[in-house]
Amino acid sequence: MNRRESLKALGLLAAGAGVLTTACNGESAKEARIASETSNKLPGVEDWEHERTQKLLEEKFFTDHEMATITVLANIIIPKDDVSGSASEAGVPDFIEFIVKDLPSNKIPMRGGLKWTDVQCQKRYGNAFIKCTKEQQIELIDEIAYPDKAKPEMQQGVAFFSLMRNLTASGFYTTEMGVKDIGYVGNRPGVWNGVPEDVLKEHGFNPENFLG
Amino acid sequence: MGDYQIKESPEVYDAIVVGSGAGGGMAGYILAHAGLNVLMLEAGPFWDPAKDALQLRWPWESPRRGAGTTRPFGDFDAAYGGWQLEGEPYTTVAGTEFEWFRARMLGGRTNHWGRISLRMGPDDFKPTDGITEEWPISYEEVKPFYDRVDRMIGIYGTVEGYPNEPDGIFMKPPKPRLGELYIARGAKKAGVPVLPGRGAVLTESSPEIKGRGTCFYCGQCGRACKVYGDFSSSSCLVMPAMKTGNLKVIDNAMVREVLTNDEGLATGVSYVDTKSLQEYAVRGKTVILGASACESARIMLNSKSSAHPGGVGNSSGLVGRYLHDSTGASAWGFLPQLLDRKRFNEDGVGSVHIYSPWWEDNKKLRFPRGYHIEYGSGLNMPGYGFLNWVPGAVGMVAGKNGETRDSGGYGALLKQDYRRFYGASIGMAGRGTALARKDNYCEIDPTRVDKYGIPVLRFHYKWANEEVEQAKHMQDTFKSIMHEMGAVVLSSEQGPETKYGLEAPGVIIHEGGTTRMGNDPKTSVLNKWGQAHDCKNLYVVDAGPFVQQGDKNLTWTILALSMRTAEYILEEKKKLNG
Repeated sequence: MNRRESLKALGLLAAGAGVLTTACNGESAKEARIASETSNKLPGVEDWEHERTQKLLEEKFFTDHEMATITVLANIIIPKDDVSGSASEAGVPDFIEFIVKDLPSNKIPMRGGLKWTDVQCQKRYGNAFIKCTKEQQIELIDEIAYPDKAKPEMQQGVAFFSLMRNLTASGFYTTEMGVKDIGYVGNRPGVWNGVPEDVLKEHGFNPENFLG
Repeated sequence: MGDYQIKESPEVYDAIVVGSGAGGGMAGYILAHAGLNVLMLEAGPFWDPAKDALQLRWPWESPRRGAGTTRPFGDFDAAYGGWQLEGEPYTTVAGTEFEWFRARMLGGRTNHWGRISLRMGPDDFKPTDGITEEWPISYEEVKPFYDRVDRMIGIYGTVEGYPNEPDGIFMKPPKPRLGELYIARGAKKAGVPVLPGRGAVLTESSPEIKGRGTCFYCGQCGRACKVYGDFSSSSCLVMPAMKTGNLKVIDNAMVREVLTNDEGLATGVSYVDTKSLQEYAVRGKTVILGASACESARIMLNSKSSAHPGGVGNSSGLVGRYLHDSTGASAWGFLPQLLDRKRFNEDGVGSVHIYSPWWEDNKKLRFPRGYHIEYGSGLNMPGYGFLNWVPGAVGMVAGKNGETRDSGGYGALLKQDYRRFYGASIGMAGRGTALARKDNYCEIDPTRVDKYGIPVLRFHYKWANEEVEQAKHMQDTFKSIMHEMGAVVLSSEQGPETKYGLEAPGVIIHEGGTTRMGNDPKTSVLNKWGQAHDCKNLYVVDAGPFVQQGDKNLTWTILALSMRTAEYILEEKKKLNG
């Protein structure tokens, strides 16, 4: 079988069908995401894995207030800009709800960190984080977003914000919107002929003798 | 239900193969093609990459975005299993460590492996330093089988004539990615040779290879390949063997023990159906174990009878002994030269594009043998946690305006940072020779059984100074390569307190040596054909027979030796019939 036949076998050469076209199509991709969060079991996923996922999806961990706080924080970390939308537009809060159940060692750091944030805001501004003004929210975030210059008494907040930032980035850049933003253009059949010549030249490599 | 009853099949198979990975798959393939009536037992479910691989899935199709919650190598990885299996424990003696990775599925761990395919060299079979024992066979004796495996399964690489790194019959290798070009340049400056990779991926079509597609460069070999463009035992060996009509697979069949008669010869095996828990006994003229080095040892040790009081094939008392994994240590960082890099599809193949063979002269070193280095880089598919390092790296390098910002951050600037740093990370990992020692072993835990009532393994494994010194050398090498290429190191500094980042034994998943071969029945379990010294119709074809592995990943040698053993079985049959 040559490469063309490989692709045929995958159904990738037939117009309008197959993995690739599905994956490139925005609507279908969105459906795929929703499907994975409801009931569809992908071929190759073990029964016990699927059952475990379903059970987690049925559970609710964060309270409505916590989810609202996560949404505000996620959008501070990844706001809408010229290139792509915001974290909440990419469904990041729902991802965070899922992943802390999936990786439960994140449960206490997240719940406790959200509470820590509210307590700080209550002391400073007399309000829960989400009830504070944008300026007040950013004032607090500035004190926990930069590990090297944060004050010692803010280190718990730093640890929480780092976790929140990592979960937000994981949730955002693994959606169709995020993949497009970051510029990943693979996951499709092709031929790898090495680094494109203009890039080789830009980086000062000889296209002929690349290991030399 | 309720009554304990063993279903015995009246059929006597020519051969029963236990396990469907590289070793079992190859033995089954050769014997079935020669016309023998073969039964293959696999502890996990039937698994076909064409249907079951999660290849070409996008990160959002995983609710955990590819995180390794249920599969240690990520949600799309092709191994059903891991270092811990529900209901199938193992134990370690206090003060020792071993991590045992098992994949329960047709094809076993070959569905997800790295496809890095290196031949062991003449010095690996017959060491010249006198530190470990010789194999009873030489490279020259194994070479014809390596050649046939190359042609039958397909491998890319380049002919180099490099010492103790034998060349094969190669397809064209994939070209390096951008980060790998920088690595190669830095390594060269550091005095470390770099060669194109060697991997079991079909980069070309071959008239000798039928029913398999050519690689289309998605870089996802670890998920297994739907067009069979890389080597998995399931797609390349077991399913073709089934097509001959001579090989039958029973899946979900967990083997308890090898059954023997009064003369001590194998008569078959007993197994439990993991779904129904029904017990079975099947009969065969020859029994071939390819269950993985430790699992085959476990089966042998659990197969006690009056003829084999210490377990079948264990009169030497060496079954389970000489257990050895590869050494492994790694480092990673990012290349400032790759910040804000141009985007293109850099998936490449899912095996290595470049690697470094062992290059040093041991006379100048404080440890014997050596290691090779595997490298990685690329504009990789986004997945859980893949950008976690970026906020910390922001403060380590000047921004576009020449000013260095504080690490961390949020908002529009952070989004720009993620874009800027994406694709700039590079990594390297050493895989080296750990010495096979009698004192490193697995045995039956006298007090524990698994959920099927099968006594479990207890491990006793300790690294020694040789391995730690080797890891130290790896870290020094990584540092020097990183320095020469101008990379910023992000992996943590390793010292004696962490054994220089030396992974725990078992973590590299190259375990072997538990049923080693040799000419003397007192100091080895198998003869040079992989045949038990004291049970003539019992063979082992996984990495158990390895006297001492080199720094070359095991699989290609397992395939070559299993082919050799299977053909020996055919010759012996011929002799009996003739």
